[in-house]
Amino acid sequence: MSAIDLLIVGAGPAGMAAAVAARRHGLSVLVVDDQPAPGGQIWRAVETVAATPRGARLGAAYRGGAERTATFRACGASYEPGSQLWQIEPGFRAFLTRAGKARTVTAKAIILATGAQERPTPFPGWTLPGVLTVGAAQILLKTADTVPAQPVWIAGSGPLPLLYMTQLLAAGGKIAGFLDTTPRGRVRAALPHLPRAVSGLGDLAKGLAWTWALKRAGVAVIRHVTELAADGDGKLQTLRYRTEDGRADAVPAEVLLVHEGVVPSIHAPLALGCAVEWHPLQQCYVPKLDAWGETSQAGIFVAGDGAGIGGAEAAELRGGLAGLRAAVTVGGLAEAAAEAEARPLRRRLARALALRPFLDTLFAPRPQAFAPADATIVCRCEEITAGEIRARAALGRPGPNQLKAFTRAGMGPCQGRQCGYTVMHLVAAAQQRPVGEVGFYRVRPPLKPVTLGELASLDETAP
Amino acid sequence: MTTSGFDVAVIGGGLHGLSAALHLARAGRRTVILERSWVGRHASSATAAGVRTLGRDLAEVPISLEAMAMWHRIEAIVGDDCGFHADGQIRVAEFDRHWPDLAEREARMRALGYAHEELIDAAELRRLVPALSPHCVGALVARRDGAADPHRTIAAFRRACEAAGVTVIEGCGLDAVERQGADWLLRCGARRIIAPVVVNAGGAWAGKLAVLFGDEIELGLKASMMIVTERLAPLLAPVVSVVGRALSFKQSDQGTLVIGGGLQGAADLDRQSSSVDFVTLAKGARAAVDLFPMVGDVRIARSWTGIEAKTRDLLPVIGASPNAPGLFHVFGFSGHGFQLVPIVGAILSDLIVEGGTQRQIAAFAPERLMANRAAA
Repeated sequence: MSAIDLLIVGAGPAGMAAAVAARRHGLSVLVVDDQPAPGGQIWRAVETVAATPRGARLGAAYRGGAERTATFRACGASYEPGSQLWQIEPGFRAFLTRAGKARTVTAKAIILATGAQERPTPFPGWTLPGVLTVGAAQILLKTADTVPAQPVWIAGSGPLPLLYMTQLLAAGGKIAGFLDTTPRGRVRAALPHLPRAVSGLGDLAKGLAWTWALKRAGVAVIRHVTELAADGDGKLQTLRYRTEDGRADAVPAEVLLVHEGVVPSIHAPLALGCAVEWHPLQQCYVPKLDAWGETSQAGIFVAGDGAGIGGAEAAELRGGLAGLRAAVTVGGLAEAAAEAEARPLRRRLARALALRPFLDTLFAPRPQAFAPADATIVCRCEEITAGEIRARAALGRPGPNQLKAFTRAGMGPCQGRQCGYTVMHLVAAAQQRPVGEVGFYRVRPPLKPVTLGELASLDETAP
Repeated sequence: MTTSGFDVAVIGGGLHGLSAALHLARAGRRTVILERSWVGRHASSATAAGVRTLGRDLAEVPISLEAMAMWHRIEAIVGDDCGFHADGQIRVAEFDRHWPDLAEREARMRALGYAHEELIDAAELRRLVPALSPHCVGALVARRDGAADPHRTIAAFRRACEAAGVTVIEGCGLDAVERQGADWLLRCGARRIIAPVVVNAGGAWAGKLAVLFGDEIELGLKASMMIVTERLAPLLAPVVSVVGRALSFKQSDQGTLVIGGGLQGAADLDRQSSSVDFVTLAKGARAAVDLFPMVGDVRIARSWTGIEAKTRDLLPVIGASPNAPGLFHVFGFSGHGFQLVPIVGAILSDLIVEGGTQRQIAAFAPERLMANRAAA
């Protein structure tokens, strides 16, 4: 067992910036990350890819990550890629697995920089081979330059599908069409947020540039799609959709990539008993944080998209703030010095987040995303349908934890990462309660599925 | 709001409370269950749900055997088979040095006239559990034992209770009690319930409940940890434990491995929560991997603890309060209560309806754990 000042979980923009800040003030820092190289999702594999033609195609924002990873590598933090953090006990004792062996580390403070996950939105056939998420497809594009041979259908809403489509076209891929699930009227609803968003106009321009690029490339766009269904015998063969106007079609399809926005990874904060609050626009929980990113549990910080979706620039700034605060509480950095250093970070953070109310309103998930038809599988691990959950939710007023016991939804290895929010919405609808009141599953350790053999390796006593 | 008209109020909607209520309602008693959170919230749903006579304390053997007969016709009792499979419980001797433990136990049971525990050699052990590591030398087996599904069991007992006319009130925690003539007035938040007879089936919190009635019963806590894994192809049917190590190992109907054995986590009664201690739990994982080497790469899906009451002698508390009229205690099962569920309800019904029982429960009397009984 080793003892350090600060444990940082995740080596994306937030984790790397936190490490650099904490190291600057002399803390001993360990950064663990389950990926093989630093950069997180946004800068995945940037160290090896930035200087290649693929790096050129992925864009300047991607290539900019190489500088960050270099600074991080040089900051003096211990860095363990390929590590899974699967439990944190009070005190703090963290349990890690690397290369098949488990061990514990004690730390005085912990920064969770574990990012976000794509919002799962069940629809008929979403578990068929051939249906995957835009995020997963983008990982293949970044790490392996994998471009699907056949034209792909993209369905969803948010900035990522737009970005991915431009990257895919640049890499020589073909797009069969884009089923835009953003409801009608969203632009009008979002516009009032624009004045506050002036400082985020650069990002807005980027988004518009993506849209124009797609138009120029002649990508077919079908707007205001409300319903999706994937059909096929053992794999995706036909894609059906319906729009707000009642336009319906069935088209042949081999690959469908879906994306309905991202939500913070909240399993670790929930498992640690950190207070969370409901984000009504984005229909997800976010941890309750102070101005430094500290949670309701002293010594536990959340930085990056895990603190609320804000994008890479906000993630870096939040990481820097959390690193500074850790230097105060653990390393004896003077409060005033930390404040002085934090001031410009906070200003830049406010600017980086200025566009969020606009984007959150524009890309708020469509209501149909949380009301799948009865026959649709909601819990993929245990194969539980929306109908089973609705039926059980209507008997009495069970919450998600009781439904888990009744139906097994949420009992599988993903611990409700796929079905948690859908189940909340189904419960709310069946019981006519506000969704934010329903609550989430109790999160059981381990946070990552460690194996029996790995756990056994912790036991050093002779049998 | 005051509700009267009940003959019996059962405090605690765990399995023992449900079983007591079921038997009482079937005996014609108007029964209400007052449950602080929801039915089956704590130990009842956290249990490994072993249905075991094997290795029971001698004081428990008579009621455990009767309970086992009930498990074999559980569908007739509660309308569902509760996921019960009688594939046996097996206590394994890994090495020759562990064998005498088992042999002595079997000899003692035989001398007392019991035949349900049987010694088997390595060949028979291998036939029953082909997946077991070949280093194991033999075992003690109870072939009619097995395991059930805790969630199905809770649901079945609850349905049976409601069908028998039991009123179940969830979100109803007992705050205070008062004597009112021949009745107890039970205050649960804004709710007041009046009943002449009260059953304390409060599990880990039973000691605190007893104090409300003036009974001080020495109780400890258990927070036994459990592991459940991802699903596997069929690996074994019986429940396996092992001499000298904390391990209980079985496979559920869903294919997941359910691993327990009594390794202890931490419990916090006031916060109604408990937590897993992975350094300790690693011993259980080690035992599992030593006995079933092929499971080393199996992923753990989740782990948890359940809180329940533990007594000094590890025997339950079942019986009338020596101090408080109309109060009956049923708790303190110390980690092996699940199998006793059907019989415990029958015993409570005997005590409350008949005023006594032919069943052997003297060893479970609350008085043995009470310093203040002289004050009665």
